[in-house]
Amino acid sequence: MNSQEEERLKAILKATLPAVEDVEPRRDLWPAVLRRLDAQPTAPPWFDWALAGGLATLAIFFPAAIPVLLYYL
Amino acid sequence: MQNEASGVLERFRQGDLDALESLFRQHQSAVFRWTLRIVRNPAIAEELTIETFWRIHRAHARFDPALGFADWARRIATHAAIDWLRCQPAAAPLSIEQTAELPAPVQADAAVSAEIRAATAFAFSRLPPRLRIAAVLALVEELPHKEVAAALGISVAAVKLRVFRALRLLRKDLIQRGITP
Repeated sequence: MNSQEEERLKAILKATLPAVEDVEPRRDLWPAVLRRLDAQPTAPPWFDWALAGGLATLAIFFPAAIPVLLYYL
Repeated sequence: MQNEASGVLERFRQGDLDALESLFRQHQSAVFRWTLRIVRNPAIAEELTIETFWRIHRAHARFDPALGFADWARRIATHAAIDWLRCQPAAAPLSIEQTAELPAPVQADAAVSAEIRAATAFAFSRLPPRLRIAAVLALVEELPHKEVAAALGISVAAVKLRVFRALRLLRKDLIQRGITP
């Protein structure tokens, strides 16, 4: 990819996703923060543990896969 | 004034809710705007602002008042946004429709057709979140690489690499759709 193509891609991206202007939240968020603080902390779902276990196993038995895993993190 | 500010930070570090509210009032707009730049949806940005201050409260004991609250909050907000992006199905966020919800006017480049913009939005939403965030902050929002690096907790060189990889993947995806950028 040369610099001309790179500049063209940047222009397309900026036309697709316009920059965000300075804006404020539409409501007072503090009451919602307080409700969130009062809520019970949730335990990580079982599949998170299963995924972590699977990735650890993969890393132990196939160390060559570690760069691939890091790439997709 | 300085003493008052450091007093608030110290009380926050000890878990004082009033100090947290004081910091929330000072920083909520900045956290909201930062999150909005990443997720580009005001309703989601509000939810992530709430999530960010919840995480901030949970991590109060680890806060070092010498480091400054704003940068710390921004980094936590960035990670909350990354977590949210990772939970989204591919190609769900950053659509043209969501962009239209933003308060900023859509200044479409006349040389870029609606078809190309739609394909670009789709291809961009398929990028890995860490590449997408680096690209949106550095290229779309035109923030200094140093600022993006601080928020992501990586080096400036790593930001440049992520932006380059994002552009390369975006180009590849567009070419596969028959669009030559």
